[in-house]
Amino acid sequence: MKLAHAFALTCLLGAAGVAAAADPNLARNLAATCANCHGTDGRSVGGMDSLAGEPRDRLLQKLLAFKSGERPATIMHQIARGYSDEQLALIAGHLAAQRVRD
Amino acid sequence: MATRRSFVKGLAGAIGATALGGLAACASGKSRARAHVVVVGGGFGGATAAKYLRMWSQGTVDVTLIERNAAFVSCPISNLVLGGYRELADISVSYAGLQSKWGVRLITDEATAIDIDKRTVGTAMNGVLRYDRLVLSPGVDFIPNAVPGLEGNFEHVPHAWKAGPQTLLLRQQLQDMADGGVFALHIPKAPYRCPPGPYERACVVASYLRRHKPRSKVLVLDANGEIQSKKVLFAKAFEGYGGLIDYVPNSELRSVDAATRTAELEFDRIRADVLNVIPPMRAGTIATRSGLPLVNGRWVDVDWLTMEARGVAGVHVLGDALQPAPAMPKSGHIANQHAKVAAAAIVNLLAGEAPNPAPVVMNTCYSFVDERNGIHIASVHQYDAAKRQPMPVDGAGGVSTAASEIEGQYALAWAKNIWADMLA
Repeated sequence: MKLAHAFALTCLLGAAGVAAAADPNLARNLAATCANCHGTDGRSVGGMDSLAGEPRDRLLQKLLAFKSGERPATIMHQIARGYSDEQLALIAGHLAAQRVRD
Repeated sequence: MATRRSFVKGLAGAIGATALGGLAACASGKSRARAHVVVVGGGFGGATAAKYLRMWSQGTVDVTLIERNAAFVSCPISNLVLGGYRELADISVSYAGLQSKWGVRLITDEATAIDIDKRTVGTAMNGVLRYDRLVLSPGVDFIPNAVPGLEGNFEHVPHAWKAGPQTLLLRQQLQDMADGGVFALHIPKAPYRCPPGPYERACVVASYLRRHKPRSKVLVLDANGEIQSKKVLFAKAFEGYGGLIDYVPNSELRSVDAATRTAELEFDRIRADVLNVIPPMRAGTIATRSGLPLVNGRWVDVDWLTMEARGVAGVHVLGDALQPAPAMPKSGHIANQHAKVAAAAIVNLLAGEAPNPAPVVMNTCYSFVDERNGIHIASVHQYDAAKRQPMPVDGAGGVSTAASEIEGQYALAWAKNIWADMLA
């Protein structure tokens, strides 16, 4: 189970790499849809998790767990289901690359 | 006030000159003109567009924001001000960050006219501005004379559907109302700004009355046949107030007698102690009178890849003023997301590149059912190339299972973060 998960993750990150190469702004644009709650570039001003600078695989695993319903949530399970796995990987990659502080 | 305003203006000029001076000098060597984007309206859409244009262009695009109010006052959370649980200052944010941090040139003024062919915007006090691209985020205006008797009487019959002095006025009327009074709230036919907002207002006002004037009544006169958003959750919240909230669907307002605060319905006449009419609305007037394509004469039709008004290159329209895509609400959250699609497209177009062919937007609206418990509705919209508009993703989005304190806290955290995402 864990191995399968890790394998899927590697594939996703690989795919994300290709997509990001095609349009350097795609990941940025997708991650901007998170900023309303989690702050510009994932730097929350309080009351919500900051996502900037979090390790990419951890962010992606969380997002995928929200999407599958494995991880309980008030709202994130409903939001994560709106994005493809590839889009979630792009979002995780972009947020991971952001400075923790402004 | 005058000194403060002129100080802010001077500051804006100074910062504009410093922030842009260096780059402009470089550009002039190659005789390349810097692109200038004018943004009309500093609400959830326009303020976000101004910031993200500066951020994503890395300061290479000049941005001027024209906004009539000296500070941003948020409609979301304003119902808590009505209930006495927050102050107006708690929902107000300065535009100073857009100037000092992002180098946006701020003009506190009214945009009066647009010339699409000449690419100019007229203002009341600051002359005519030229633009390379225009972002129009005009919000809504009320349709004149849609409810006979209402025109010119918003002091007596407040709408409080634009946060600010109207919010305080309605709050004052609620405070002045005697115990046992009737607070009547009229909701216009959809589409209108903020679908869950009126139902939240009914709940928050009821929570105030239950505590301070328990013999009073909240009468919800809804022109629609049913609750327009989070229906099950609001119906449950209404029940929780016992007989305090009376919800009456299919109650379209025919006219108003402002002097006696009387609402005239088709088969009924209701005299209220406080009468709060949310009037039928349309895109902000500057959009409706500038020759942009309108649906039903009310809402601007846009190309969802660039947010340009259909057939009008260079004029990008955002937010509540739009003819919405399927299941897309008129919300501040969505306006913020429109702004990011527009900002990304504008930066690409100015660089001679195609806009993102697959934009995604999402919505989250929190509402309070009393002073502390919150509920939400969420949706994600992916661009559908065949339908040429964003479509809600099947199986995604939804509403809360029940009202909770944690979602009330999330509602406040959402507000702080989105205000910062726009203005800080």
